Amino acid sequence: MSEKHIIVINQLDKYFGDFHVLKNINLSVAAGEKIVICGPSGSGKSTLIRCINHLESHDGGDIIVDGIPLDDRVKNIDHIRSEVGMVFQQFNLFPHMTVLENCILAPVWVKGVPRPEAEALALQYLERVRIPDQADKYPGQLSGGQQQRVAIARSLCMQPRIMLFDEPTSALDPEMIKEVLEVMVDLAEQGMTMLCVTHEMGFARRVADRVIFMDEGEIIEENTPTSFFDNPQNNRTKLFLSQIIGD
Amino acid sequence: MQQIIKWSRKNLFATRMNTLLSLVSLWLIYVTIDGVASWAFINASFLGADKASCIANPHGACWPFVTAKLNQFIYGNYPAGEQWRVNIVFALGALGLGLLMTGCISFKKQLAVLMLTAYPVLTFILLSGGLLGLSYVETNQWGGLLVTLVIAVTGIVVSLPLGILLALGRRSELPIIRMMSVVFIEFWRGVPLITVLFMASVMLPLFLPEGMNFDALLRCLIGVSLFASAYMAEVIRGGLQAIPKGQYEAGKSIGLSYWKSMRLIILPQALVISIPGIVNTFIGLFKDTTLVMIVGIFDLLGIISFHFTDPNWTSPQVPITGFVFAGLVFWVFCFAMSYYSKSVERRFSVTGENK
Ligand SMILES: Nc1ncnc2c1ncn2[C@@H]1O[C@H](COP(=O)(O)OP(=O)(O)OP(=O)(O)O)[C@@H](O)[C@H]1O
Ligand SMILES: [Mg+2]
Repeated sequence: MSEKHIIVINQLDKYFGDFHVLKNINLSVAAGEKIVICGPSGSGKSTLIRCINHLESHDGGDIIVDGIPLDDRVKNIDHIRSEVGMVFQQFNLFPHMTVLENCILAPVWVKGVPRPEAEALALQYLERVRIPDQADKYPGQLSGGQQQRVAIARSLCMQPRIMLFDEPTSALDPEMIKEVLEVMVDLAEQGMTMLCVTHEMGFARRVADRVIFMDEGEIIEENTPTSFFDNPQNNRTKLFLSQIIGD
Repeated sequence: MQQIIKWSRKNLFATRMNTLLSLVSLWLIYVTIDGVASWAFINASFLGADKASCIANPHGACWPFVTAKLNQFIYGNYPAGEQWRVNIVFALGALGLGLLMTGCISFKKQLAVLMLTAYPVLTFILLSGGLLGLSYVETNQWGGLLVTLVIAVTGIVVSLPLGILLALGRRSELPIIRMMSVVFIEFWRGVPLITVLFMASVMLPLFLPEGMNFDALLRCLIGVSLFASAYMAEVIRGGLQAIPKGQYEAGKSIGLSYWKSMRLIILPQALVISIPGIVNTFIGLFKDTTLVMIVGIFDLLGIISFHFTDPNWTSPQVPITGFVFAGLVFWVFCFAMSYYSKSVERRFSVTGENK
């Protein structure tokens, strides 16, 4: 069964010092599946997806991405990082490079793609995130929504099989959230495997195959978006949903 | 004229307090300019082969001392027949730096690499000789501005890369590397440069095996370079700390290795932030080179003060003139560095850094 699963997480444990952030997490993701992760602040959502590309190391259990076990072997970590793209809440674009340079950096320096080819590819992805005409600007000259779309394009330029999103819209002004979500919906429709930490319920209903609810380092509940939102089982889930809908 | 009156009313004499301050300032400027001009020009002596004319003008500068000794001030005791070698080194250095600074050439990268690799080798061969039919010139014959520049440029060129490595080492996740960097930095920062130079010239030979004796100037170069590296490391560490964690994580997440992400993402940003501190360290280093005279190496200041004792030039104005001249030369170099660094900062800040 794990054959068709592109990510397998088994009995994952993680500590920050004495603090047990992730407790016995089990999660398998099929290729092409879209998963939305939600939960209260501090529940370990970011930590969980950051373990998948080893921005955080884990202390117990296994993470297997595309058949490769994530351990301390640098070769495996590098391999997995080139298959997994990540989009951050704060965009984290490189401010000293133009948009185009941001996008071609990894293809040129990690994969050794010739520059003209990398540029053609980058322009193609910039088109896909709907900002082909900003290629020569610096990140500081763009709006937040544009910056986040560049960040998505930058990740896509490595042609990853999996994309991780950590609250990609929560640093944005409301009018820019939509343009970023639209790009993410496009991406989902093209079959990308996506793990997305977000509280955008409309987005979750529209694209998610499964919604996962975390609290205090555990997966409390997981279900299809319809059942999850309309018929939550766990009391903590109910409380959380009533809070975010109350907002 | 009308405009001048209007301008000064607005900027100099707007209020009573303002007027008072303006008058005091104008008076101070007048006194300074008057004093400098009468000492440096009006009462100064300009021509003469020895102290006679300087003694005749006891209230003004003794410029003949400087002109008569200029050759020694620049070259020390470098043999007169071989000084063309020094001139070539100076000329190539000035040309290279000039081309790098003007910023309008396409082969900048290649030139920078040449200046950092071929130029030092060529400089070494030309200055010390013993190769290619060039006669050997011992370093104890080098002196004056030549030695000042050799020490300062070596210190600058070595301390920047070494400082970068030490700063990265101090932030490394590997405990041994981190500890070694901390020990190195804290040791060299904690010891006065004079002590370092004394150790290098007096103590070090005691520890070296009999018969093994390496050049006094080389020992100073090493001492000064390591000393400057420790300071540089701390300046650059400040820059590294200012880079948000997200930049490191973004580098990792797109698959860049540690060294690539340092080189392409972190250092380009950290170094730009650190430019004022880096130039400050360079300027400090440039002026600190004068301390080598304590261990018997005659840099510009050393050789100027050495010539005060020349019996042909014993006049009260000679030391004053000599020190003023030395100060002027140092000031020109330091001001040039400071001025250039401003233009570099400006150049980098237009590329979207101002976010
Ligand atoms: N580097 C760290 N060192 C120590 N504790 C940490 C570290 N990073 C996160 N934590 C703690 O781990 C817990 C989980 O953090 P995490 O960022 O994964 O939460 P989150 O669910 O993403 O929350 P949010 O919605 O606020 O982003 C929090 O209590 C946080 O304080
Ligand atoms: Mg988070």
